[in-house]
Amino acid sequence: MKGTILIKKAMCKSCGLCIEACPKGSIFISKKINEKSYFPAEFDKKNNECTGCGLCAVMCPEAIIEVYREKK
Amino acid sequence: MKGMKKVIGRPKYLKEVPNHYCPGCGHSIIHRLLAEVIEELDIRDRAICIPPCGCAVLAYYYIDVDMVEAAHGRGTAVATGMKRCLPDRVVFTYQGDGDLAAIGTAELIHSANRGESITTIFVNNGVYGMTGGQMAPTTMVGQKTTTTPKGRNSVTDGPPLKMCEFLSPLDGTAFLARTSVHSPKHIQKTKKAIRQAFQTQMNDEGFSMVEILSQCPSNWKLSSVDSCRWIEEGMIPQFPLGVVKQRQTEPS
Repeated sequence: MKGTILIKKAMCKSCGLCIEACPKGSIFISKKINEKSYFPAEFDKKNNECTGCGLCAVMCPEAIIEVYREKK
Repeated sequence: MKGMKKVIGRPKYLKEVPNHYCPGCGHSIIHRLLAEVIEELDIRDRAICIPPCGCAVLAYYYIDVDMVEAAHGRGTAVATGMKRCLPDRVVFTYQGDGDLAAIGTAELIHSANRGESITTIFVNNGVYGMTGGQMAPTTMVGQKTTTTPKGRNSVTDGPPLKMCEFLSPLDGTAFLARTSVHSPKHIQKTKKAIRQAFQTQMNDEGFSMVEILSQCPSNWKLSSVDSCRWIEEGMIPQFPLGVVKQRQTEPS
């Protein structure tokens, strides 16, 4: 694991732009509904392939994705 | 998070509130870029934004800088007054295509011609968003909107107005660029152009404008991902990206 992301699900509008931007395919649409009646984006924690590139956070219109990288 | 370092997060000057824009809208991306540039240039205390009439009319709820709401289309006229009263401030207008290219054309042309040291962020999505997707001056030829159900006809409606090329012959304009927000690469280029436009204003070189091609999934009747693709395939061939004009200043 080199990186990970945190998505504030309560503010997600399910636009899917982060899913399109992720080169590893580590983001998917959740099956659980959020407070605003959208199906939010969710990070695939099980097979964590995140490199911390940050493309999802650059693309996210709501600015709700935080990207973390391992300390060297 | 243990052993991890935060590299990207929400910008400091973007308020922690959910915005009212439709899912996948380009406005919210541009708001974030503005907040990031204001933070990087450290101009939060002296930045004044003039929000438009249109979808972004509530921009003062999201970006944490001083704002003065202008009447429809009169953004650059209000910005002129602001800049002349407070010349040390960084004054920028945020306008859509109905606000800037239709009702506010007169104000824009004369502000640009006078070479006012203001920056205009022009969000071009090819339709009137807030009023329900009518044809705008920047609508593509053949694009379907609620007032052009068979597509824009270039004979009766004219071709789309290219604002950057239109302003480039004027002596007062110093920096004109057209960018897009449909992919991470273009978002980074947009941020660079916004920063350069603010730098142009802070160096007192003249009028600067960044035209940003933005997606409007609701009124284009496309999904968020398809609307990004449509910018690439439909808009960029008609609105070529890049720096349209950059005035070279002589080193003093």
